[in-house]
Amino acid sequence: MIQIQGVHKSFGDLEVLKGVDLEVDKGEVVSIIGGSGSGKSTLLYCINGIENIQKGKIVVDGVDVHDKATDLNKLRQKIGMVFQQWNSFPHLTVLENVALAPRVVLGKGKKEANELAKHHLRHVGLDDKFDVYPTQMSGGQQQRLAIARTMAMNPTYMLLDEITSALDPELVGEVLDTLRLLRDEGMSMICVTHEMAFAKEVSDKVAFVEEGIIEEIGEAVQVIENPVNEKTKRFLSKVL
Amino acid sequence: MGSLFTPLSWNDTGFILQGVLNTVYISVLAIVVGSVLGLIMGFIRSISNNYTNFVLGSVLDILRIVPLIIQLILFSTFVGVIGHPLLPFASGSIILSLYTMAFMTEVFRAGFDNVSGSMRIAARSLGMNYRQSIRYVVLPIGMRSVFPSWMGVALSVIKDSALVSVIGYMELLRTSEQLITRTQQPLEILLGVGLFYFLISYPLSEFGRYVERKMAI
Repeated sequence: MIQIQGVHKSFGDLEVLKGVDLEVDKGEVVSIIGGSGSGKSTLLYCINGIENIQKGKIVVDGVDVHDKATDLNKLRQKIGMVFQQWNSFPHLTVLENVALAPRVVLGKGKKEANELAKHHLRHVGLDDKFDVYPTQMSGGQQQRLAIARTMAMNPTYMLLDEITSALDPELVGEVLDTLRLLRDEGMSMICVTHEMAFAKEVSDKVAFVEEGIIEEIGEAVQVIENPVNEKTKRFLSKVL
Repeated sequence: MGSLFTPLSWNDTGFILQGVLNTVYISVLAIVVGSVLGLIMGFIRSISNNYTNFVLGSVLDILRIVPLIIQLILFSTFVGVIGHPLLPFASGSIILSLYTMAFMTEVFRAGFDNVSGSMRIAARSLGMNYRQSIRYVVLPIGMRSVFPSWMGVALSVIKDSALVSVIGYMELLRTSEQLITRTQQPLEILLGVGLFYFLISYPLSEFGRYVERKMAI
């Protein structure tokens, strides 16, 4: 379980998160929606300790992320992250991209890591791309590669940071299909997204963030179709 | 009766080849040592704050801006004056390596800076520690991007190594100067020397093209 309690985060004088509370159970899918600059992505970066926080607490399965004694490298194996700019490693083949972390972080042998990588690549439908380089693939394929790369570490949670925002419209579908697959397998996910229809379809909960505060959180269909908060209404009327 | 000058003959082959080998020797040494030091310094520069960078940058600028020939003469004279004269090869290697390092530092620094923050975050978010993310992600991606610049510096070091002749190292140029003095055949000899520099540099340049092709993916 991920517990976010009263989190404040500033970059210099700019306060980006102003007291965020959120809980995500195992197997739960929570979408975070909101305008750009609202602090959605920053929240994700705080959850896996890429960013520090000034106040509050984030606890993942009983481990305080920002405690000095916490082994972040170990914790991050449990919290996968996929990015808007897919960040595939251009110097490695697709197979090597996925096998790298299992090899160097988990210490698996080359053969075992490659088998693992193949398994996860097949899972996202990249069976025929093992030996090509990521730059030879479309954005949608690279994003599925990024998902496979993250899944190969067998994470408990996935943080998805606007993973379809940089894709051409016709490539969004294949990535969302992959996420549906993960969801059906019971993966816990926190998705920062601009895809309202998708958020409504796959999420258990949707949270609307504005200016560093969760203004409204509730069942996905309710928040998106019948928002209670005035700010949520205003935001949704602009994007829907 | 013997003439003061004797023409170029096959007997000079060994002498010339020794000069070629000495050029190759000091160039390879300077490129290897300069690259290793430059990699370290480039990494330090890429992670340093402005203050450290200002100090480091100033020192490196001196090495880059002061003409190599002056650095060579100053250094070999200086070590002599303080009572620890070095062989021309030693003085030459030290200065040529440092000079190469100064240029390589900027090459490698650019390489490290070329790797985006989000690429580093991607590596770390997979559970890699800092060292692993540098070793397996930042270093290979960054170095790949600056390989052509590295090759440019390496090739110019081979040519710059000719300047080490001024402090008495018997490399290709100095060898040829001595032959010219003896034979009074500057045209043939200098043409030959040019050809040798080409023969030394060309394989390296071809190798560079090959590597670039391999990496152009």
